[in-house]
Amino acid sequence: MHSSNLRAFLDRLIDGLLPLLSLIAALAVASLLLIALNADVGQAYAALLEGAFGTQNAFAETLVKAIPVMFVAIGICVAFRANVINIGGEGQMIAGALAGTTATLALSGAPSLVIIVAALAAGFLAGALYGGLAGFLKAQFNVNEILSTIMLNQVAVQMMNFLLNGPLLDPSEQGLNHIPKTARIVAEAQLPRLVIGLPDGTLLFDRTRLHYGLLIAIVLAAVIYIILWRTPIGYRIRAVGYNERASRYAGISVGRQMVLSMFLAGGCAGLAGVVQVLGLQYRLQTDGSPAGFTANAGFNGIVAALFGGLNPFGAIPASILFGGLLVGAQNMQRDLGIPASLITTINGIVVVFVVSSQILVKWRGRRRAQQSTTRTEVPLDSPIVVEQQA
Amino acid sequence: MAVSSLAEQQRIDQLQMRGIVKQFPGVLAVDHVDFEVRAGEIHALLGENGAGKSTLMKILYGLYHADEGAVLIDGVDTAIRSPYAAIQRGVGMVHQHFMLVPSLTVAENVALGLKSSRGWRLDLDVVSKRLNELSERYNLKVDPNVPVWQLAVGEQQRVEILRALYKGAALLILDEPTAVLTPQEVDELFQVLEQMTADGRAIIFISHKLHEVLRISQRITVLRDGRRVDTIPTSGATKATLAEMMVGRPVVLEYEQQPSNRGGERLHLNDVSALSNRGELGLKEVSLTIYGGEIVGVAGVSGNGQTELAQVIAGLRPTKGGTIAIDGKDVTGKPPSQLQLLGLSYIPEERMEDGVIKEFTCAENFVLQDHGRKPYVSAGFLLNLRAITDACRDAIRQYEIKTPGTETPIKSLSGGNIQKLVMARELSRHPQVLIAAQPTRGVDIGASEYIHQRLLDERRQGTAILLISEDLDEIMALSDRIAVMYEGRIVGIVPRAQATVRQIGAMMAGAELEVS
Repeated sequence: MHSSNLRAFLDRLIDGLLPLLSLIAALAVASLLLIALNADVGQAYAALLEGAFGTQNAFAETLVKAIPVMFVAIGICVAFRANVINIGGEGQMIAGALAGTTATLALSGAPSLVIIVAALAAGFLAGALYGGLAGFLKAQFNVNEILSTIMLNQVAVQMMNFLLNGPLLDPSEQGLNHIPKTARIVAEAQLPRLVIGLPDGTLLFDRTRLHYGLLIAIVLAAVIYIILWRTPIGYRIRAVGYNERASRYAGISVGRQMVLSMFLAGGCAGLAGVVQVLGLQYRLQTDGSPAGFTANAGFNGIVAALFGGLNPFGAIPASILFGGLLVGAQNMQRDLGIPASLITTINGIVVVFVVSSQILVKWRGRRRAQQSTTRTEVPLDSPIVVEQQA
Repeated sequence: MAVSSLAEQQRIDQLQMRGIVKQFPGVLAVDHVDFEVRAGEIHALLGENGAGKSTLMKILYGLYHADEGAVLIDGVDTAIRSPYAAIQRGVGMVHQHFMLVPSLTVAENVALGLKSSRGWRLDLDVVSKRLNELSERYNLKVDPNVPVWQLAVGEQQRVEILRALYKGAALLILDEPTAVLTPQEVDELFQVLEQMTADGRAIIFISHKLHEVLRISQRITVLRDGRRVDTIPTSGATKATLAEMMVGRPVVLEYEQQPSNRGGERLHLNDVSALSNRGELGLKEVSLTIYGGEIVGVAGVSGNGQTELAQVIAGLRPTKGGTIAIDGKDVTGKPPSQLQLLGLSYIPEERMEDGVIKEFTCAENFVLQDHGRKPYVSAGFLLNLRAITDACRDAIRQYEIKTPGTETPIKSLSGGNIQKLVMARELSRHPQVLIAAQPTRGVDIGASEYIHQRLLDERRQGTAILLISEDLDEIMALSDRIAVMYEGRIVGIVPRAQATVRQIGAMMAGAELEVS
């Protein structure tokens, strides 16, 4: 008994540590690339770590990079829990940013809180509708959501390029047309910088770019967590994700849950877009490339969500980790001349390892379940007693 | 991959398992068990669910590794470390839950994991040809080119047996093979098994059905709580002695018949038709009325429209004509959620696929339909977890469900206990109309007895019950009237008092009801 309990504990421990182990494994593989580039592996990773978490400012930058990833990842948790594979974070983020920015610009002059709330609402709604569209297509016409969301990403990018070069173009850029961007949003619309005052009077993250988006993300994670595990809506979404047949049997409308999960996922990604504008860029701008505005947060969010075990509260640290990789890579380039594009490669390797580790966790879980189905259960009260009839 | 008759390949004259021990977290599943089987013998392995039968056999098949003990084939210590090794040594297994890929054809399923005789090209025609030979030899009729999802459960089992034979099994382990079969199919299976032993194969027959074990086997080994109770020759055994060995106490094997207290008309089907999964008319103009306080049993060979009948009534399959009424109200085409509100409960045939969500806990599964209604919702939008847990705990106590707790994922419960939970959930909704499809399939004696008792209780309380079962004993024991289905039609409805097994069996094979 004692040893088997210990084994169960170790099993769980390994499951919990697997994402971390997979990250270490990925970095080990990536070190081969570093060696190929004649770089000192130890130095390179030291620079990576230093650049990501070494100073207050570095950590703040890491968080800044992580914020949009968090929003997307929190939404992905909902979609993936419904077994809807949402690859459309990029497009939904852009939709949210476009709507949110438009609302902000239209409301210039209104009180700060009104603008911010309206912009967030508009961003959420636009992303939600854009995601919901893919959900609707799946529910109604059985259109594969992976394809439709990827396509809709392209549509959103082109829509943004069009709007930023035309109707939404910053009036001061008219004629010059160097960078497609909107006008700068008014100061009242900007999310405040986040500075944490410690009891001893020192200020944490003072004079960094860290903004209130982080708090909004944490609140959102709590809301989504409650929806998923504490409401009938989340119950139905998870039920459909695990087993459509049993859900249908139970009278749950499967299509409705698909649309709803994509609506919520899209809304979260939409918030990522609008928060990026209100908190950091203060205008919507792009270089015209697909990742020009999003910096791939829509894709990285998927990995972060998986890394975080499809739990909103897991998604937050996972996103910070990815933010750290991105920021640290720049430091690696500055200090050691290692191309920052290498970090894209390392990111890719991390993705492969993380996804594989998720599969491994599932596999281990299945194997354990198989073993335990054959075991005798501990009786609760008495053994089987049957009312006997003469 | 010329697979050949038994003469050319591995023969197993005697297989012994000695002192097998298997420990799972928290449980000693198999505790120093000895077991032996010989060529030409059917050796039954008998025991309640969780007694260790499946675990022992999975060790033999290489799926699990024993912590202690040895396997000897013809006296030689043989380590079977994987199913592949088992197949190499001539050990085949037909699992209780079939291991088939639904979207692939029969031939493709058989070819899975085998080397093609044509190198990198598929040789499905060769496989099909060889399969046809095997099906003919053992009278196991299956079309090799049909996708498996289109096959009835009984047919899928034939595919599993064929596949094992195809791979050259000299020893075949059958895990609860009759749990999914009708009397006729059981007869057919038994003929196949006898033919196979006559060919010099050895068969291990896992079951908890006493009359079948008594009929088919030469020796019986009884397991209880992971330990071997005894191995006895079948000739000296009786149902009562075996049941007592299995359960560890005397068991009631028959129910007292009580007169039906028939109430008003509850469920009425008028000329209802529906398509089957294959796109054919699987249910043809079925008319049936069920009154409160009676059990109408539906007998029939697997795949004759029973599944479609249950699903149509439950709102899970669209009708192709006809009307369905509950309490006189037309409910044709209504979704399951509305039917549930009208007092319909449904215990589905495939409980692991339809009845529960495996990954959910017992408590979550207990509120599959009612999670959005009082008392399971508080403050208008939050799940009342305490109410859910309490309700589930009550059910666990009331229905004597063996589980470590309400928060245990349901997939780690045994089949019988999962079914009890489904039953508890459906009955807790106080149904007016209850459809129970194969309620005791794959469920052990103790739980079956209990489920039957509960169905009789419901009948006493005035519920209209449609009992669909492929187990004719069950139908005969519980029903007030028996409807027999053949090729999508109800060929006749007989009051139980006048029904004989012979007559019902003939109708199941398509004979019209003789009006007497």
